[in-house]
Amino acid sequence: MVDVLVCVKRVPDSSGQVLLSPDEQSVDARHVGFTTSPHEECAVELAIQVAAAAGGGATVLTVASVDATAQLRNAIAVGCTSAVLVEADPNRLGPADVAAEIAEVIRAHEAAGRRYDLVLLGNDAADTGDFQVGVRLGYALDRPVVTGIATCEVQGERVVARGEGPDGTEVFELDLPAVVTVSEGGVAPRYPSIPGRMKAKKTPVETRAAGVDPVGPARVRLKLMPEQPSSVQVLGEGPAAAPAVVDLLEQLGVLAR
Amino acid sequence: MIVVLVETAEGGVTLVSREALTFARDVAPGEGVQAVVVGDLAEEIRPQVLGQLGELGVAAMHQAVDDRLGRYAAATWAAALVDVAKRQSAQAVVAAGTPRGNEILAHVATRMGVAMAANVVAVETTQPLVVTRQVVGGAALEEMRLDDHVAVLSVAGHACDPAAAETPTDPAVTTYSPGLTEADLRAQVVRTEPAEVVDTAALTDARVVVGAGRGAGGPDGFDGLLELTELLGGVLGVSRVVTSLGWRPHHEQVGQTGSRISPDLYLACGISGAIQHWAGCQSAKTIVAINTDADAPMVTKADYAVIGDLHEIVPAINEEIRRRRS
Repeated sequence: MVDVLVCVKRVPDSSGQVLLSPDEQSVDARHVGFTTSPHEECAVELAIQVAAAAGGGATVLTVASVDATAQLRNAIAVGCTSAVLVEADPNRLGPADVAAEIAEVIRAHEAAGRRYDLVLLGNDAADTGDFQVGVRLGYALDRPVVTGIATCEVQGERVVARGEGPDGTEVFELDLPAVVTVSEGGVAPRYPSIPGRMKAKKTPVETRAAGVDPVGPARVRLKLMPEQPSSVQVLGEGPAAAPAVVDLLEQLGVLAR
Repeated sequence: MIVVLVETAEGGVTLVSREALTFARDVAPGEGVQAVVVGDLAEEIRPQVLGQLGELGVAAMHQAVDDRLGRYAAATWAAALVDVAKRQSAQAVVAAGTPRGNEILAHVATRMGVAMAANVVAVETTQPLVVTRQVVGGAALEEMRLDDHVAVLSVAGHACDPAAAETPTDPAVTTYSPGLTEADLRAQVVRTEPAEVVDTAALTDARVVVGAGRGAGGPDGFDGLLELTELLGGVLGVSRVVTSLGWRPHHEQVGQTGSRISPDLYLACGISGAIQHWAGCQSAKTIVAINTDADAPMVTKADYAVIGDLHEIVPAINEEIRRRRS
């Protein structure tokens, strides 16, 4: 049996216009709503697959405000078996603090007899993009850690993980327990079923208070890219514009061979 | 002194490492930049690497040598960097913001007990060190303090162009054996499966990229685009919706969760230009958008545009290229 812990982050949906809060410390998501980081949707999918293959459970965890219960319930709806919310203001935590909070939960659960063989996280959060929570967690727990993984499976006492390297697909074999961070692309997140949604409503969420004295983020402020006025030159409409396009290609020197 | 992790490939120092070496000068002006190369350096590229480092004004090249460095493990590479950073009392450790660069620096920052800034694009002030980095997939920027005893930062791809130093150098080469532990080898590559046809560097290094988005219409909608890619000797890149719908494989994706490109020409066909996509293509020197919607962000942000259906326009462009070549 293999028990998996998968860590997710509630992030602003940034597919539309991004606005900042008046204090420039966070993204104002009132009009765009929240979602789960794309890499973490894939981590949830892998957690469910690994747990199902080995007859274990997949616990989903987040360090966030109580509003992130929605993201936890989404993960239960697609197959996670239990959920943990560490209640905290994510804007006041740096990546080292988040790793420390996750490590605290793992230690507390292990002291109570719940061991996690594999901890999955997203490679980087869609909002803060720090690229380091998983690695810091690996060190905090003294477990092997690998990042940017597309697929993984447990074989005996090891997790076999595959990710894209500069020369092809790199294969890692880590002794369990291990920490693996997931990048989008290896698996497609599944959609919740109706029974899944029903179950998600009923499954209790274990809520814990944040227990680590935070270092905090090193953020001075957020800012938006300066809006550039459009300077587009329209070459024409429809196929009649093809000669103008090819003139441009010649001018740019990309047509010669 | 600034320590920069240098990655090499067939052509010598990789483009993004040369960018990082150039960027590092601004982190602590006048302090000098030293390079760390991990593992063996093939004899045929060695002169080229030293030439490139000299041109970029690098004072010294530290080459970490140990049989156990042959197969990649982020922890061993980090150990090699930390070794030099400590011996040289470095003020900063810098790498290119590649997946590997970010992974290694996360290990370095954790081992040294300091913060790490990923995907830095600018230095705001040097005392104290405040950098600007990309967040929210490039839709916003964050000013971040790096006031620990050593600053650890990765440089966003194409944040600057490689630029020769005012005074070229003849880098002093030293080899050393970093102290590695068994724990450092726990997450090591056990084997690399050569990509079947996938060249992961092809997109990031391409001079011409033909982009395709939802406007392609379906998995069968790429024939004209692939022909154009072929005619231009370029590489096909696609938006996230195209890979999410399973029309094309993920390794072709350009954007926040795909490749970041910096071609001379990006020909974006049927791509609306969501922020996540723009984050990956904004470094293109010239952008030409083909789109039915004249108000799409890709069109308004492009240098040139053609308004209309890519399925009519792209074949006409292909035909015109063939006509002029014959």
